[in-house]
Amino acid sequence: MTEALLFMLGLGGACGIVLSFASKIFHVYEDPRIALVEENLAGANCGGCGYAGCSAAAEAVVTGKALPSVCVISSAEGISNVAAVMGMDPGTAEAHQAYNMCEGGTRATDKYHYMGVTSCKAMAVVFGGKRDCHIGCVGLGDCVKACKFGAVTMGSDGHPMVDDNKCVGCGACQKACPKDIIEVKSMSEKLLKFNQKHDPLAPCAQTCPAEINIPMYINQIKAGDYLGAVQTIRMRNPLLLSCGRVCPHPCESECRRGIEDEPVSINQLKRFVADYEMFSGARIPIKCAPDTGKKVAVVGSGPSGLSCAYFLRRLGHEVSIFESMPKLGGMIRYGIPEYRLPDDVLDWEIEGILNLGIKSYNHVKFGVDFGLGSLMAAGYSAVFLGVGAWQDYELGIPGEHLEGCFTGIDMLSRRAGGEVLDLGKTAAVIGGGNTAVDCARTMLRLGLEKVYMVYRRTRKEMPANEVEIVASEEEGVEFVFLAAPTKVIGNDDDHVTHLEYLQMQLGEPDASGRRRPEPIEGSETLLEVDTIVTAIGQSPEASFKQDPHPRMAELELTRWNTIENNPETLQSTIPYVFTAGDAATGPSLVVDAIGGGRRAARSIDLFLKGKKVEPVIDSLQHRRIKESIFTTVKGITPRKRAKMPELPVDKRLDSFVEVDLVLPEDKALKEANRCLNCCRLCYNPDIKTA
Amino acid sequence: MTDYFVLAISCIFVNNILLAQFLGNCPFLGTSKKMETAAGMSMAVVFVLVMAGIITWITDTYLLKPLNIEFLRTLSFILVIASLVQFVEMFLKKSIPGLYAGLGIFLPLITTNCAVMGACLINIKEEYTFLQATVASFSYAIGFGLALVLFAGLRERINIARVPQPLQDTSLGLVTAGMIALSFYAFKGMV
Repeated sequence: MTEALLFMLGLGGACGIVLSFASKIFHVYEDPRIALVEENLAGANCGGCGYAGCSAAAEAVVTGKALPSVCVISSAEGISNVAAVMGMDPGTAEAHQAYNMCEGGTRATDKYHYMGVTSCKAMAVVFGGKRDCHIGCVGLGDCVKACKFGAVTMGSDGHPMVDDNKCVGCGACQKACPKDIIEVKSMSEKLLKFNQKHDPLAPCAQTCPAEINIPMYINQIKAGDYLGAVQTIRMRNPLLLSCGRVCPHPCESECRRGIEDEPVSINQLKRFVADYEMFSGARIPIKCAPDTGKKVAVVGSGPSGLSCAYFLRRLGHEVSIFESMPKLGGMIRYGIPEYRLPDDVLDWEIEGILNLGIKSYNHVKFGVDFGLGSLMAAGYSAVFLGVGAWQDYELGIPGEHLEGCFTGIDMLSRRAGGEVLDLGKTAAVIGGGNTAVDCARTMLRLGLEKVYMVYRRTRKEMPANEVEIVASEEEGVEFVFLAAPTKVIGNDDDHVTHLEYLQMQLGEPDASGRRRPEPIEGSETLLEVDTIVTAIGQSPEASFKQDPHPRMAELELTRWNTIENNPETLQSTIPYVFTAGDAATGPSLVVDAIGGGRRAARSIDLFLKGKKVEPVIDSLQHRRIKESIFTTVKGITPRKRAKMPELPVDKRLDSFVEVDLVLPEDKALKEANRCLNCCRLCYNPDIKTA
Repeated sequence: MTDYFVLAISCIFVNNILLAQFLGNCPFLGTSKKMETAAGMSMAVVFVLVMAGIITWITDTYLLKPLNIEFLRTLSFILVIASLVQFVEMFLKKSIPGLYAGLGIFLPLITTNCAVMGACLINIKEEYTFLQATVASFSYAIGFGLALVLFAGLRERINIARVPQPLQDTSLGLVTAGMIALSFYAFKGMV
């Protein structure tokens, strides 16, 4: 007995001594912070974080692979303790959430059972996952089984739905899904997603300059989820009320239904849900990422500036808007007349954006009242220049500076600012674009008896939107086509009395494919008018170049006075200055400016985080995915598109009341059901292999 | 030479540690859900079992037998194997980090694995020489790995099939294990 006891003691001792020496000899340096971090994790070894146990998670935090908030069940105190160990700000950790990136289409109703197989993974193994859509959801619920937190459920349409309140962002569902339907991303990552060449995009979504997920929001409207549709639009476009009214909807010209039938009235549906939110009396809360402590100055509060500010704020940056005019909105306030976009609507929309915590300073002009130097001194790390294009082109004919002569944007903005203009009784607007039409329709509402539109080509070549031209015809604008102004004639008081123009005829087509107008000699004609408005285009006003800051000299302009930039990243020739909107592109659409604002926000975000400002990989930007553009579509029964309700002509002209009205709910639902849900076809059990 | 070959065949197939001796059932069921895990586990077992076979043979021959305290065999083997695994873990972490990362958490898991322990005790019971003990340990480990990987492959396929609720997971696992064991029974006539 004693012998045995002694032996065991001896053996144990020997092993102990060998091990203790070994631990000295084979000691591996381990960051002491790993142990400290591990102490502050929950210690449940649940694997919810995606690492093999708490010590692996602690190691990942210390090596910088994971954020202090890695532990999904840790308390806020635990997270801030971990952040303290790492010397990091706990606030910068943004929560990740799972979401179903497949918006679903008309999914085949019956599930396919292959020898009893009921898992998505098996489906993908057996058939290589080949089905109509390469991302199509199989709908057998592997993700539901994978979720340890009960956050994923199978929705009634056979697609997984994620409960945001339960989801901890562990990524188990993402790993379980063989088709990459479920993705785990932070809100910032979702906000900064841009169309890429390999994305399964419907033609409308490829075309939209703001890259709104159009089929998704139309689907939500179909399902009666109007506020959900608003949120979908807000992921890409913060100015949905304005866009819903003034957007010339390039998406509709690519609509696949439009090949065989009339296109879906996409923009009216946008306006319908936008108005629905406004009239519901409550704003949908908009989430912002945790504060990053970085400051950005947005110069100009037009659509590009507002869009950029909105996205930067949602990414957690501190944003201030600087505006030279008395009110925010830029061209959409001062260039678009009230009968198209009422002031109270715009005010409501801008208020919602400012409510995110964006400061605004009005009545300050960049380059005059403040400049790059003062912004840097105030702690702004990046500047967004969205100053727009406010300088009207001039005709270059004698007499165009006489009293009674105006330029388009100048007149519209003065009127929108509340100035009372003396315009007499008759007026001529020179030009054929949207600004010219806006000027003509505005003047009719200001009580003028006769308004002419003088354009050097014919109606067919007018660049203004068709609906605008039709509305101006209805309201009584008189068109003088094939007329080139040559002289403005004034009286002794230097006030306009006549516009002299030369009649033209159409000749050979020019580079743009439009037939070139040629003057008919000796055809000078006089038009008796009190006011002449020239609206033949604008360029950016470059007074900001007066900024005495030495770096301002580096800011290059193009020969059209637009700010030189990298077209993919929108970074200007000064690395911390970014630009978009009319200031970068020349006069363009509101929705272009909004898309540009978001793209610039992405670059600014990269810049602020010290990353390289690189373009989006395989960015689609204005290009089309060729194979998705069809020439014929089978099986379409034509159904008339919803007609936009309008104010009757006799009620329009005595006020600036909005002309275009919103669709009623039943018509909107009918219109939403005209959508073909392109590129959203899912797994079809009849096609086993493709 | 032929003797060693016969010994190896007998240890791998005929007396397969998992399917004939029914030792080491916890890792057999616990780590056989995924092929990846099963392969990692098998590697670790090969590594540890060879080392343990050698060290326990030495302990038994040069300590227990001369001192006439063979009744302490089980107890002292536990101590020796546990210490050995700890030692090897520290050594690998410092010297061969690649292998350490590969074996991962499986090394400490098999500290007190009954398959390892059982194989060591069989080595002594059969009165193998040092070389025989080494070959036998290695072969037992290979047998372990073979069975585990086969089983994991089957379970991966079963996992995507429709299985009645009461039979799911471990229940069907045990049934499957029994059937593989039956098929291994056919090796009985080989040696």
